[in-house]
Amino acid sequence: MEENIKKDNIRKEENLVYIKTKLMTDKVLSYCPGCGHGTTHRIIMEVVDEMGIQSETIGIAPVGCAVLAYEFMNIDMQEAAHGRAPAMATAMKRLMPEKFIFSYQGDGDLAAIGTAETIHACNRGENITIIFVNNGIYGMTGGQMAPTTLPGMKSSTSPYGRDVATMGNPLKITELIAQLPGTYFVTRQAVHTPANVRKTKKAIRKAFENQKLKKGLSFVEVVSNCNSGWKMAPVQSNEWMVENMFPFYPLGDIKIEGELVK
Amino acid sequence: MKELRLMKGNEAISEAAIRAGCDGYFGYPITPQSEIMEYLMLEKPEERTGMIVLQAESELASINMVYGGAACGKRVMTSSSSPGISLMQEGISYMAGAELPSLVVNVVRGGPGLGTIQPSQSDYFQATKGGGHGDYHIITLAPSSVQEMADFVGLAFDLAFKYRNPAMILSDGAIGQMMEKVEFDEHRPRFTNEEIRKNTPWATTGKTPDRERNIITSLDLDPARQELHNIKLQAKYRKIEQNEVRFEKIVCDDAEYVFVAYGTSARICQKAIQLAREKGIKVGLFRPITLYPFPKNEINELSKKVKGMLSVEMSAGQMIEDVLLAAERNIKIEHFGKMGGIIPSPAEVVEALEQKIIGG
Ligand SMILES: Cc1ncc(C[n+]2csc(CCOP(=O)(O)OP(=O)(O)O)c2C)c(N)n1
Ligand code: SF4
Repeated sequence: MEENIKKDNIRKEENLVYIKTKLMTDKVLSYCPGCGHGTTHRIIMEVVDEMGIQSETIGIAPVGCAVLAYEFMNIDMQEAAHGRAPAMATAMKRLMPEKFIFSYQGDGDLAAIGTAETIHACNRGENITIIFVNNGIYGMTGGQMAPTTLPGMKSSTSPYGRDVATMGNPLKITELIAQLPGTYFVTRQAVHTPANVRKTKKAIRKAFENQKLKKGLSFVEVVSNCNSGWKMAPVQSNEWMVENMFPFYPLGDIKIEGELVK
Repeated sequence: MKELRLMKGNEAISEAAIRAGCDGYFGYPITPQSEIMEYLMLEKPEERTGMIVLQAESELASINMVYGGAACGKRVMTSSSSPGISLMQEGISYMAGAELPSLVVNVVRGGPGLGTIQPSQSDYFQATKGGGHGDYHIITLAPSSVQEMADFVGLAFDLAFKYRNPAMILSDGAIGQMMEKVEFDEHRPRFTNEEIRKNTPWATTGKTPDRERNIITSLDLDPARQELHNIKLQAKYRKIEQNEVRFEKIVCDDAEYVFVAYGTSARICQKAIQLAREKGIKVGLFRPITLYPFPKNEINELSKKVKGMLSVEMSAGQMIEDVLLAAERNIKIEHFGKMGGIIPSPAEVVEALEQKIIGG
């Protein structure tokens, strides 16, 4: 027994459950503890590492909490104007078709100010990957209402709850772009449990593989928490997400190989 | 070998872009410059040089496509007319902040608002003073012929890359639409991947093991570092002001008066010079070719030799502010112009000279 808990016995290959992701920099993440952004960053970098495409991958950071994504991902990156990443990605991919291009965007960025760029990049079937982190709120600017804020959900600009009669209904942009012939792979995932992290990673891997095969646009939504914006503790926010966000934004593949999932 | 063609100013821009080794054009239709993209689409530059052409969903998208492409070290451009250029200002500001070379063509129409589709020069302030947010300038070239429309494409790209800064060709609907003879240079090749790696080592082309990652951003939340960045930008602008002033002087040697005019107004003034000289009025033309950097010193020198200057612009008077700042103040300096898309006639210009400067 004594022998078994010695350090050297524990530090064995077969006991290894986690190592620092190689392509994450040493910079301390600027995200609130418990926020899904960090996990999502990590799995993108794992995919890039595992595919061996660091030297061929260029990412685009949004304006939003992930504005500094380029500080954390050890790849070449550009920082977009709010909402315009899909336009940048379009040009980058067309000018360098051999590279892997992805944008990383929040819901305000992708589904409010950048709606036109999102829809048109999807509609043209640009051969890129869009990672869409949907936390139902504007995290960076302090918790204002987002296009994806749930009906009745409180935010700093919907302090009495989102009134759909005057503020409109949440925009299911992922279902919307799945309708477009240009999208090849559309999926909605989450990163709140290890099982979900694995699924999301698989989806992101598939999205990058699709670029290699020149299949067209892959769109991976990650439904995530914003514990600060939602004013909840991390664990509580994940529970709230499961109970409230998932029924409205159900997880799973929406479009595979250009075909809508029935 | 040079090639002589007869074409519209707008088309000359497009042909020159293909020959200047441009990698990509991104645009959205608007009168009076839609021929630029139409010519490119018809010409299939992808087959000629590999240059790509894309009709974007808006000017917001176009300028950010330019941003993305420029950040990869590519020679990329867009074109539009006044309302579209207003939409692009955020993107231009981002590129100025991130120090990205690019070319924006503005074939100006009268404003404000939807205004008119007729030629105007009322976007001078926007072009030369940094039309978007923040302290910045873009290099601004003002062609006054179809030939210059063509010549300034390569020049604008060269200056943009030399200083890592956006450049603009500020034209107007008249020069965009008029047909003239134009001589084209031979094709110069697009940058190879090797050249991009060597000449633009900052470009996001994919992080290889031999270098640190490249980041293109205009963001720095630390005020001290952001100030340093701004100081560096300002030093660059001073260098541009020192090295890149371009202008033309026409019969200024014996002139008692000068017109200061660019673009279409400069053409009208050339005709006005003839009319005035027939009347015995010794007048010349000073034509700024770079509006930013503005030929301050040259205007100042000239102002010491003449009795008066008339700034002729198709606007309410914008460039005149720079003329006034540059010139000695003991001479008469006035503005004459038409607004709303009207081009003044040479006779009107001479009359304005007589009334506002000579008689005034
Ligand atoms: C043109 C422009 N408008 C507004 C802003 C302010 N702004 C910054 S981030 C943001 C919202 C970000 O929310 P989201 O995209 O959902 O990302 P999150 O922070 O939640 O990850 C806004 C409105 C800006 N930077 N630029
Ligand atoms: S504000 Fe919200 S989205 Fe932003 S880092 Fe904090 S928890 Fe994450």
